Amino acid sequence: MVLGNYKSVVAARSTDNEILKGAQDGGIVTQLFAYALEEGIIDGAIVAGPSDEPWKPEPVIATSKAELLAARGTRYTLSPNISLLKEATRSYGLDRIGIVGTPCQMQAVRKAQLYPIGMRDVPDKIALAVGIFCMENFPYQGLEAMVEDHCNVKLESVKKLDIGKGKFWAYTERGAVAQIPLKVTHKYEQPGCHVCLDYVSNLADVSTGSVGAPDGWSTVFVRTKNGENAWSKAIGAGCFETKPIEEVKPGLDLVKKLATDKITKNQKTLDERATFGVGKGLRNPYL
Amino acid sequence: MVEKITVGHVHLSGCTGCLVSFADNYEGLFKILDDYADLVYALTLVDVRQIPEMDVALVEGSVCLQDKSSVEEIREAREKAKIVVALGGCAAYGNITRFCRGGQWNQPQMESYVPIGELIDVDLYIPGCAPTPQQIRNVCIMAYLLLKGTDEQKELAGAYLKPLMDLAQRGDEACGCDLMYDVINQGLCMGCGSCAAACPVRAVSMEYGKPNIDRDLCIKCGACYAQCPRSFFNFDVMNEFEGISELIKGVME
Repeated sequence: MVLGNYKSVVAARSTDNEILKGAQDGGIVTQLFAYALEEGIIDGAIVAGPSDEPWKPEPVIATSKAELLAARGTRYTLSPNISLLKEATRSYGLDRIGIVGTPCQMQAVRKAQLYPIGMRDVPDKIALAVGIFCMENFPYQGLEAMVEDHCNVKLESVKKLDIGKGKFWAYTERGAVAQIPLKVTHKYEQPGCHVCLDYVSNLADVSTGSVGAPDGWSTVFVRTKNGENAWSKAIGAGCFETKPIEEVKPGLDLVKKLATDKITKNQKTLDERATFGVGKGLRNPYL
Repeated sequence: MVEKITVGHVHLSGCTGCLVSFADNYEGLFKILDDYADLVYALTLVDVRQIPEMDVALVEGSVCLQDKSSVEEIREAREKAKIVVALGGCAAYGNITRFCRGGQWNQPQMESYVPIGELIDVDLYIPGCAPTPQQIRNVCIMAYLLLKGTDEQKELAGAYLKPLMDLAQRGDEACGCDLMYDVINQGLCMGCGSCAAACPVRAVSMEYGKPNIDRDLCIKCGACYAQCPRSFFNFDVMNEFEGISELIKGVME
């Protein structure tokens, strides 16, 4: 159950060069939402859009391909996408909401559906929840420290940020590449990530991430009926080219390894919390 | 269809918003009343003057300590109901009535309003102002399955209702501060924004990915904390979200 329930898993990338140009990897989220918007599977999607500050995302409701394109790529810092979940049904009047988020945000979406305590009329309006693989996230100032202090690169000159091959990478507009070992970034992780036991967005309709697939491609898990419906239609419409996950390197074993590592490491943190003080513990949110 | 459960709506110091929210299930309300629950007591809907014996009492509103009938009614509800549910922020946490200081025409002496948990044991909380129609519906269905379902359904319903029962054990004070005390101060917040979405009065905003609470706006309804995935997260139930959503949809059709 390390990888959650899923119906199918493939390596995929968008067939749209415009999307791929600014995409993190295979452009899966942007392409899938663009198609779902066009087909009326969703009326709009809550995505991490741009803000006034460089690399600081702001949740926005995208109702056009242009808005989706503006939100492409991974920011590695917090975007409280769920904060717009009810608003999407109110100010924007969406009946079919698309939402992208980290595994914890997918947990929040499903909790909002099953325990809609402050989420009036939200549960049956989640049409497509796309989850991304996530090991941990950084507060904005943490990201700033990593990029500006450790990589010695101004945030506003950064074209792309990436995590891979055990390193954190910053690519600048002018072609410079800075990298630091992931070990250096650990102290900047937000503490709330260390109790999360989900790497691959188990509760999403479709979940995706770079790990397992070759460069420029993404691994895609299709997990639910909603996900299956959107994904199979998108494939039928030629939105993606795919390869069987068994035939690509490094493949599912690496995904499984990272997912297991996250569970093991964070379960240890959870266990330690129980005896953090002297005869006293910290809360375990899962008990 | 097997026998129905009996449900009553006990109205204390509340604004009827919880009852309206229940009614906002529209045809779903009729489905519940047709197939799963007999409404045996509800001042606005049913012509019954005395609180009868019932399986579930949904209590709306807080108790005014200076209002004798209000105090008697909550005691009576506890005696006559198998399960007492605090329906909404006022019954669970006092909500906006916490701020009352009396002086209102024509009962100026009425100044002390407390959540029902200060006077009786409560079995289950449904926080929020108003609690959502969908949350009330889910509790109704699960209460029905718990009391009348198969063994398997009883197990599912028990797992579903447990966190809401735990909320009733946790205490009868809640506000945006709970996010600080029990989530951020405990190193658990991951900045998803559920609290901001849940707040009915927009007292919660997200600053640098963490909730910021405007305490002047907070009405103490408990929605933000209860909606937070790090207040409780129930793997038994949430991992089965697709099946349970279909189950709920199925029984409401």
